[in-house]
Amino acid sequence: MDAAFIGRVFPLDEPYLVGREKLREFAAAVGELAPVCHDVDVARAAGHSDLVAPVTFTIAVIAAAQDAVLFDPALGLDFSRVVHGEQRFVHHRSIVAGDTLLRTVHIDAIRVAAGNDIISLRTEVTAADGAAVSTAFSTLVSRAA
Amino acid sequence: MSIALAELTVGAALPAVSVHLDRAALVKYAGASGDFNPIHWNARIATAVGLPDVIAHGMLTMAQAVTVVTRWTGDPADVLEYGVRFTRPVVVADPDGAELTITAVVGALDTEARTARIDITATFDGKTVLGKARAVVRCR
Repeated sequence: MDAAFIGRVFPLDEPYLVGREKLREFAAAVGELAPVCHDVDVARAAGHSDLVAPVTFTIAVIAAAQDAVLFDPALGLDFSRVVHGEQRFVHHRSIVAGDTLLRTVHIDAIRVAAGNDIISLRTEVTAADGAAVSTAFSTLVSRAA
Repeated sequence: MSIALAELTVGAALPAVSVHLDRAALVKYAGASGDFNPIHWNARIATAVGLPDVIAHGMLTMAQAVTVVTRWTGDPADVLEYGVRFTRPVVVADPDGAELTITAVVGALDTEARTARIDITATFDGKTVLGKARAVVRCR
């Protein structure tokens, strides 16, 4: 991989609109049965403005933004050899249906360990007004050929 | 209603969760997440890249594992942070699928921040599949 990419920042212009049905679909797919993810009345009674996203839903929000960076041929990542090494989310507030979210990918590190190429991404998810919503730290490992 | 910090002790166990993953579950997650990597649904491609069979998305295992916490708190919004390392693949054979066992204990309490760290263990086929799986939960 090209180390010149370290520190680069890739904002995605297109916002992500969080829909109720996508939240329900994601929750069902990951076994998240919490009523606040499925029933709007329950979510509102619990103090949320609408359905609440499951804990890892941020990954669906940021997928297109991360892919745009990782599939950039200039980066030189061999995607056929890539495995997910680590993933972490820090939620500044919960994502709810109706949110309009912006995504910016930061390349925090590119390094080589035991012959493997390792890239660390930090993707910041923000509300339309710029307020921090969620930060996703992703480490991807391209195994040595 | 969030969990009361005063009622927690380090080392206390949360109720365990069992998860059955079959190929249909992987296809559902692919659609819900947008991750259509064929190693998660096509045995021919999975074995061609050296895997024993189709494997679950690491992110699906991660997502299922944290339900041990959200079933306990009742609300995913109580989870402020969650991170894992992916240490072993979960092989999902057809038609038998894979059984995941998720356990968790209270790992640490922060009385100032009013949070609890929950340490999660995900086991498949007698071995752990996630490392350092930890969630930080907001308490009252």
